[in-house]
Amino acid sequence: MTPEELLYAKTHEWVHVETGPSGAKIATVGLSAFALEVLTDLVYLDLPEVGRQVEAGASFGEIESVKAVSDLFSPVDGEIVEVNPDVAENLQRLADDPYGAGWLVKIKITDQSGLSQLLDHAAYQKQCEEEMEEG
Amino acid sequence: MKSSSQPPLGTPLHDWHVGRGARMVEFAGWHMPVQYTSIIQEHRATRAACGLADISHMGRLRFEGPGAEVFLAELLTRRVADLGLNQIRYSLVTNEDGGILDDTLVGYYHNAHGQPYYVMVVNAANRRKIVDWVDAHLPPERAEAPGEEVVWSDVTRLWAMFAIQGPHAVDVVQPLVDVDLASMKYYNGAQVRILHPAAQRQGGIISRTGYTGEDGFELSVGATIARGVWEALLEMGKPFGAVPTGIGARDTLRLEAGMPLYGHELSETIHPFQAGLGYTCYLTGYDFPGRDALKRLETEPLQSKLVGLELAGRRPARGECPILAGSEPVGRTTSGTYSPTLEKPIALGYVRVEHAEPGTELTIDVRGRPAPARIVKLPFYRRKRCQEPLPGTARRPTHQEGS
Repeated sequence: MTPEELLYAKTHEWVHVETGPSGAKIATVGLSAFALEVLTDLVYLDLPEVGRQVEAGASFGEIESVKAVSDLFSPVDGEIVEVNPDVAENLQRLADDPYGAGWLVKIKITDQSGLSQLLDHAAYQKQCEEEMEEG
Repeated sequence: MKSSSQPPLGTPLHDWHVGRGARMVEFAGWHMPVQYTSIIQEHRATRAACGLADISHMGRLRFEGPGAEVFLAELLTRRVADLGLNQIRYSLVTNEDGGILDDTLVGYYHNAHGQPYYVMVVNAANRRKIVDWVDAHLPPERAEAPGEEVVWSDVTRLWAMFAIQGPHAVDVVQPLVDVDLASMKYYNGAQVRILHPAAQRQGGIISRTGYTGEDGFELSVGATIARGVWEALLEMGKPFGAVPTGIGARDTLRLEAGMPLYGHELSETIHPFQAGLGYTCYLTGYDFPGRDALKRLETEPLQSKLVGLELAGRRPARGECPILAGSEPVGRTTSGTYSPTLEKPIALGYVRVEHAEPGTELTIDVRGRPAPARIVKLPFYRRKRCQEPLPGTARRPTHQEGS
């Protein structure tokens, strides 16, 4: 997926929704390049276990840089059905390919209403620019 | 304790940092660069080659006059009346209870006319506190006592200061100054001429001191020539791999070197013996605030002491994490980070002495989750030295800077 095709949370997670084989909607979630740029120096990633229930707007994990810890927020209500097995041991993958091999979790959506809060790429870019100015 | 109405100060290099794209943060009342690129890269560059840091936020107090020597001897914990020319010592400033007000470097120099003066370097966060402390202990009757005058000034805004640290520090700085740096002893300094047109024929003060655990120097020059000298240093340092480094890397470097940071390992509720800094306290000479309290404390068995911890997992601990032996709280961390050199999380903390021996396995509560850790001897990192250790560095070269 290219960044332009994705949706974004205000908290810098990207989201890609597709329909799974059983007809359920699956959201793949990762962190945007902007967020990773701001973090730099990644040292630790804490991802949930498969089966964990998540809520829109609530934390499902943590990413830590040398200087700071940041929560990862779920964009939707649902259940974690897959966790990227490679990325926690290999944080460079996250930094190098945040929208591809750096995906974090897949969530089976139980309530889609969270999706309406998400920004398209243009709106997200604008938010990032505003954050840089405030920075 | 901060005067929050005061906007943060900029160092003489502020515009340079911003122009270079540094991430700026407010620290101890100053705008400071956290990082220019990556903290880990700046850290590794310092250990492998050379890192330059703007440390102009550090407070610098200058003392002179016939009464200066005794005044400082009666203020500081360390013996200073017998400082040799161009010699520097690490000292504490304590309150009446023996609690630590600041950790400082004090150096003794002669000016261009051969007249003696002292420079005391204090933590940026404590500058106001120490200035007030000096004021309180130097009323006019004392400052103007005939034959024992003390004249002092806060020269922080007048002098920029740079740290040049790393195995190539001598190579980077030597072309710039007229004293031989290779033979300069650790914890010694000198007044120098700066051999570069950017210095506009001004000089500076250089010392072989630092806060990284690497060889290196700290150089003070007038604020008006700071940018030119800084740019000249970077230019001359390029072939040696010199890079600018922010306070993010300074924190990871000093932690690996086991060096305390005021506000974390040191504070007014910590006394020197807990922090392993008994060697900075000269208790049989001049009377200074807290000396009697320290004499008592020296005879009492320690309850807790400063230790280093290596964590077994990958999740870093930070400061103020409880430390447990089994389920029993036995201490707290004071600093923690990821160590780029050891490639694991490390921490400093205070632990009850029964649990403080190297090798002791403990648990650190990191935001509610247990992180197994083991006490190790400090420092976590010791640089390879070609020469034998120099006097005064017998245990660990903990000395102040404060980032």
